[in-house]
Amino acid sequence: MYEHFEHEADIGIRGIGSSVEEAFEEAAKALFDVEVDVEKVEAKKKIVVKCEAENIEELFVEWLNSLLSQASLRDMVFSEFEVKIEKKERFFLEGTAKGEKLVPEKHNIKDEVKGATYSQLKVYQDEKTKRWIAQCIVDV
Amino acid sequence: MDIQKFKQINDYEWEIPKTGSMRVPGKIFASRKLIEEMDEKVWEQLSNVATLPGIQKASIAMADAHWGYGFPIGGVAAFDANEGIVSVGGVGFDGGCGVRALKTNLTLGDVQPKIKELIDELFRTVPAGLGSRGKILLSDAEVNEVLREGAKWVVEKGYGTEKDLEFIEDNGSIKGAMPEAVSSLALKREKKQVGTLGSGNHYLEVQYVDEIYDVEVAKKYGLEKNQIFVWIHCGSRALGHQIGTDYLKVLAEASRKYGIPIHERELVCAPINSEEGQRYFGAMCCALNYAHANRQVIAHLVRQGFSRIFPNAEVETFYEISHNSCKAERHNIDGKSKIVYVHRKGATRAFGPEREELPKPYRSVGQPVLIGGTMGTYSYILHGVKEGERAFFSSCHGAGRAMSRTAAKKKFWGQTLIKELEAKGIYVRAHSMSGLAEEAPLAYKAVEEVVEAIHNANLARKVARLRPIGNIKG
Repeated sequence: MYEHFEHEADIGIRGIGSSVEEAFEEAAKALFDVEVDVEKVEAKKKIVVKCEAENIEELFVEWLNSLLSQASLRDMVFSEFEVKIEKKERFFLEGTAKGEKLVPEKHNIKDEVKGATYSQLKVYQDEKTKRWIAQCIVDV
Repeated sequence: MDIQKFKQINDYEWEIPKTGSMRVPGKIFASRKLIEEMDEKVWEQLSNVATLPGIQKASIAMADAHWGYGFPIGGVAAFDANEGIVSVGGVGFDGGCGVRALKTNLTLGDVQPKIKELIDELFRTVPAGLGSRGKILLSDAEVNEVLREGAKWVVEKGYGTEKDLEFIEDNGSIKGAMPEAVSSLALKREKKQVGTLGSGNHYLEVQYVDEIYDVEVAKKYGLEKNQIFVWIHCGSRALGHQIGTDYLKVLAEASRKYGIPIHERELVCAPINSEEGQRYFGAMCCALNYAHANRQVIAHLVRQGFSRIFPNAEVETFYEISHNSCKAERHNIDGKSKIVYVHRKGATRAFGPEREELPKPYRSVGQPVLIGGTMGTYSYILHGVKEGERAFFSSCHGAGRAMSRTAAKKKFWGQTLIKELEAKGIYVRAHSMSGLAEEAPLAYKAVEEVVEAIHNANLARKVARLRPIGNIKG
């Protein structure tokens, strides 16, 4: 599942899942739900995203920003995601995103996200629920 | 915020005394009321910025300050050219975001009867909203020229006049841009976005001068009561966003490499003199130039739109400022004149009189300072004064948010807002209804209070107030 949380000037996005990968996938839905009604986006075309970072939190921001870049390059929006994460000396992510061309009337455009930020950035496993949480503020 | 945490200098100047690892004190130019209403995080972020290497005089926040990314929004910080740093957090993800103000030879009486026609025309003419694309498609070589030369390049291509350039900060073409420091991804994302407004809090507004406070300065600026103005608020679009994103990562690595202690992750930075610092600065200058070019094209489209409704309209550039930037400027520090790197994140440059950077017609009275309100309220024109030196000649940039976007969306409806504003004589067209609700006037601080605080703090002085009659939201 995913949710948005409050921030004075911008919007917080949070993905929650049974694994860190699922939390990343859910957070990606939260991201595109800032831009459009994500449930109206059909998974017609698949793209591949690869990124890496020094730690899991920076990897999360990389993942979101890679999706934003790809969406803007291709004039697309995405609604379905799959993530694999590997930890070596650094963190590596290989994922896919499915979506379609952006149609303002169909998808109900909302805010353009400028970037995912390091603000309130957290990736962790909740001790009580054992669920993974990945969150940050996005700049709109 | 708890006012007890501050030392009062006077009614509009408050200090956070230097403690711990702070290199300089923190400072806020605001009224007691505005500070009490501010987020606690502003205090924390001001204190954190004060710990950065090479910071000069004070870590400063303006009356519209709120919680930002590392640096508060409404933050100003200047760094020594040798010992200092540059940071994405001090500029923001939208480098070069700013305001172009256009003045016209039309009056309220001319435009009000045709305001719907005019706004509908401009709504068609100026691309805006998520995914919007401009009409200019640049080749790879041309992109590099825009990044290097900014508004100058688009004027040479026929979008506007030489006279426009005279009234843009840095003449719309800042030196030091390094297109080679901009990633190929950022360049690709730029395609087809020159001349687009964007979304979020970006807008295009038709206004009239409803009150003049300083007759002498207004005369120098060529302002008259009831004169029609157009304000264009937007930035460097996806190019700037990608530069911000790319360099956040580069500077995170650089902070580790150079061992700079970072109190909040978004404060990541690099020494100005390092390769990473130089490259970020060069890329950020590209974003500034791109934003100038973008607003120049939009100004040209606005001019065309006006001429279709009002064939005798003369639409001239009054002034243009950036309010997200880092600039190498000469300032007086401890009695010595030296170059410092001034970061302004949601803050406007406000040079006092006689600065050589100012256009000649305005030089004797100081720089016009453009402070945008919200669509239901006023915007203000102030002028820079010599007392502004203590804040590196800076002012606030707008009203500053008082309510989160999520809260605003729950509280307001786009359609209802349009009706309410229309009843007040403001015709609004929006590309996104939920985006419109997020920008509801009541989601912002009262711009009057913010401007009053800057005026009374003597950082810039009021010249005129403008009231909207039409607005286009991105």
